[in-house]
Amino acid sequence: MGTFHDDLGDLHGITVVVDTTGSRTIVGRCHEENDVHVVLHDADIHDSADEGPSRDEYLTRASKFGVWPKHKTLVLPRAEVTEIRRLGKLSV
Amino acid sequence: MPYPEEMVAPMREELTNIGVQELRDGIEVEAFLSQKTGTSLVIVNSVCGCAAGGARPGVALALQHEIRPDRAATVFAGQDVEAVAAVRAACDGIPPSSPSIALFKDGELVHFVPRHNIEGRDAQQIAFDLMASFDEHCKTPASS
Repeated sequence: MGTFHDDLGDLHGITVVVDTTGSRTIVGRCHEENDVHVVLHDADIHDSADEGPSRDEYLTRASKFGVWPKHKTLVLPRAEVTEIRRLGKLSV
Repeated sequence: MPYPEEMVAPMREELTNIGVQELRDGIEVEAFLSQKTGTSLVIVNSVCGCAAGGARPGVALALQHEIRPDRAATVFAGQDVEAVAAVRAACDGIPPSSPSIALFKDGELVHFVPRHNIEGRDAQQIAFDLMASFDEHCKTPASS
């Protein structure tokens, strides 16, 4: 639980990896998760449909150093989220 | 927007009270990091209780280890913006995060603990990781 925060879920303030039903994987600091949405701060999106590093390569680097935040806040519909994991506990 | 200083002061003192030097602007950071010989630990402090609440006591525990850096300093994210920017510039290529902890050896970044490896961990776990990096990079027992 955060020092100055209300109860916004166990993952509030934790940097997470969000897997989605599509090709996007998102890394960001979880603000809130509930049945409706997941709200992330300072987030970055990897899209496996784009050119560039593979998802595994992206997550390997993210787990070591973190990500460059491209989005101050992202609101993801819960229906698009398949899994949320702590980046700090990622096995890569 | 910075937090009120009276709220932040105890969080600063958790580190300064154990001998960690506080750096408040870019000039102080550059002067600290210009010491190219030996090892330097830099802690990016933060108000975030989710992570910094474990980081500060973790650093305090680690700095009691027999083998430790030659010097240690701290900057405060969201408060001392210029100082934090100078530290982040020295950690070239590493995404910004706070709290975080960087270990420099002979002027080169050799170990970095990002926020996500601090979150949800207790002080002892954070200290063990730091002590392992001290054992690897610092080698010689501190003189005091």
